[in-house]
Amino acid sequence: MLPYPILAGFLTLMWMLLTSFTLGNLILGALVAVFASWAMASLRPDKPKLKKWYLLPKLFFIVLYDVALSNIAVAWLILRGRKKGRRAGFLTIPLEIKDRTALTLLAIILTSTPGSVWLEYDSYDGSILMHVLDLDEEEQWIATIKNRYEKLLMEIFA
Amino acid sequence: MIYPAADLSLPIALAVAFFLLVGAALALIGAIGFLRLPTFYERLHAPALGTSWGIGGIMLASMIYFSVASSRLVIHEVLIGIFVTVTTPVTFMLLARAALHRDRTARSHGVPRKYPIGPEERPREDDEPQA
Repeated sequence: MLPYPILAGFLTLMWMLLTSFTLGNLILGALVAVFASWAMASLRPDKPKLKKWYLLPKLFFIVLYDVALSNIAVAWLILRGRKKGRRAGFLTIPLEIKDRTALTLLAIILTSTPGSVWLEYDSYDGSILMHVLDLDEEEQWIATIKNRYEKLLMEIFA
Repeated sequence: MIYPAADLSLPIALAVAFFLLVGAALALIGAIGFLRLPTFYERLHAPALGTSWGIGGIMLASMIYFSVASSRLVIHEVLIGIFVTVTTPVTFMLLARAALHRDRTARSHGVPRKYPIGPEERPREDDEPQA
């Protein structure tokens, strides 16, 4: 009856957040969630294989911290102009993750981080093309993505 | 019932003002960057300020203010944050790939090309290497 229990749970929660936390809205929200997850099932998406889901909050806080830092860096760069010799540029990074959900999450992380934009993913050799605002830290960008995000994502979606 | 803003206690008012100003300032800086940065790919970075901590700050300010002012937990703003975060990559990638396609077709300098031909015509691993 419930093909996607987590999705249905979150839909019910969302329904109650938008209306109010009462028994009536719980029942109504649950009904909507069940029908919505049937609709989702008929689309036949890939089922993500969550292995170590308890690492998700860790990833969330790491990203929140990194995004805050790069917000400051990019805001500074826009207001004060670029330091001499610094330039923006393209960056190709080979990735090991193949899982679609993990790739989606990585794309969201990189796009939300100011200073890095995900341009395209090449499924032929599993590499991404990015554009970074400060290419001087090229090694640092690669190290951050490979060690900080990709390792954690590979642990979560094994 | 929502109390007027003047009745808020000082620490709460300071916290609300802080997050609101941080969010608004980041959105403004993002807009300035959008005007000032020289190339299209660099301009793509500027709105990310507004869609990350820009919206985050305003969201936090709204959550604190309405939770205190109506004396119940108001956190449905989180949904705005989630939906903005999840949907911005779609727009960014659409714009970025359109720009890449245009620049590669125009053979602009500085845009990386892996192959001299389009992705559909790339050599496969099992193909004979071309002379």
